Amino acid sequence: MQTLSRTPLYERHVALGARLVPFAGWEMPVSYDGVSSEHRAVRTDCGVFDVSHMGELEVEGPRARELLQSLLANDLDRIGPGRAQYTLLTNERGGIVDDLIVYELDPCRFLLIVNASNREADYEWLKGRELRGSDVRDVSDDYALLAVQGPRSIERLGLDPAPAFTFAEATVDGLECLVGRTGYTGEVGTELLVSADDASALWDRVVERGAVPCGLGARDTLRLEVCYPLHGADITPETDAISAGLGWVCALDKDFTGVEELRRVKEAGPSRRLVAFVMRDRAVPRQGMAIAGGGEVTSGTHSPMLDRGIGLAYVAASAAEPGRELTIDVRGRERRAEIVRKPIYERKE
Amino acid sequence: MAAAESYPEGLRYNAEHDWASIEGDVATMGITWYAQDSLGELVHYEPPDVGATIAKDNSYGEVESVKAVSDLVSPLSGEVLEVNERVVSAPEVVNDDPYGEGWLVKIRLTDTGELAQLLDVDAYKRHLADL
Repeated sequence: MQTLSRTPLYERHVALGARLVPFAGWEMPVSYDGVSSEHRAVRTDCGVFDVSHMGELEVEGPRARELLQSLLANDLDRIGPGRAQYTLLTNERGGIVDDLIVYELDPCRFLLIVNASNREADYEWLKGRELRGSDVRDVSDDYALLAVQGPRSIERLGLDPAPAFTFAEATVDGLECLVGRTGYTGEVGTELLVSADDASALWDRVVERGAVPCGLGARDTLRLEVCYPLHGADITPETDAISAGLGWVCALDKDFTGVEELRRVKEAGPSRRLVAFVMRDRAVPRQGMAIAGGGEVTSGTHSPMLDRGIGLAYVAASAAEPGRELTIDVRGRERRAEIVRKPIYERKE
Repeated sequence: MAAAESYPEGLRYNAEHDWASIEGDVATMGITWYAQDSLGELVHYEPPDVGATIAKDNSYGEVESVKAVSDLVSPLSGEVLEVNERVVSAPEVVNDDPYGEGWLVKIRLTDTGELAQLLDVDAYKRHLADL
């Protein structure tokens, strides 16, 4: 029996009556009042998620940029201080060690926010490749992270609008945070990095400002509706970014781990692709379900906005165009789905 | 809105959190408040076919929430007379009203002797207390 870690907000979750589940070694809230109502709160107004289980790694020093440029797929030269970037940590085979967001704090100091389940692996990957003049530190325990997401999130927090993938130090009700214009829901929003000591106070202020507490259940349905991949499911060390539709994250004109393999896949065309689909029959697709003719569901759920089963799946590249029908084996029953363009859900303005 | 916890007096239960309401040789069946609360908001009901034969203690269908799928274990044997199509199209009705609008299936009993093997409400509540 492994001991589960608890975030600084654990007591808040218990007090709110959250359903707590083990996730990546953490005891996390999967829902409070129900996945669908939390999901809708984020799509229509504002929700707050405790994502303090995610890891924070700091890379600092005169050669920090050089180290990261050689290990991360995206090009740091596309951003600058105060900007953030979605990127991938890749292996020699072009596989995805993790997907993460890198924040350029200053030209010699970067913050990486990584998946909880990969925190140790990422740290060791970076630490083992350190250069003289680049220092990698795991600072995860110093921080809590609150994702405040939804069309009214910025207004409810009393923040000024700012472009996506920017960040700044700011205060929310007097509490100092690193306010990033990032998220995992497809909505406008922010992720607030705050010292672990201030986490409960910040959570209380954010909830008082009308954000609905949301759990990992809604986080998953929200991200899947907008086709954000989940590491460990849709993307793994065995899958490459080109097949996963993440070619836009790979600066193939620079050198980084696995770039030769990714150039080769790009040149030859991938043999399979990660596609989005919507169920035509009533059924909920799940990770691991087989697709007739080859392929597999990597993520599946019930979409609260579409009231349909939705998912992501790898299928043969020759059979990956939108409009094509898929037959999914749902526990022995054949259920029809249709490949759709990503994202599966988009707000109608 | 989710229902408050309750276990009606007149129903029969099994240990797998299914209930049955008996009228003559017809049983209406569904899942208990505890079952729907454990699953969370239901998003799918896979019903049996009308006319199918279902056997006591065997799976006759599935209910599924965002996070989990659960077999429906029949408390009784019989032939399926009717499936609650309202739940097929709006499974969350089960969360709102597990013993009323959220019934799942009606069957004609093939062995009324099985009734004696089911739990009454007090026995079911004792079973819940032991979980």
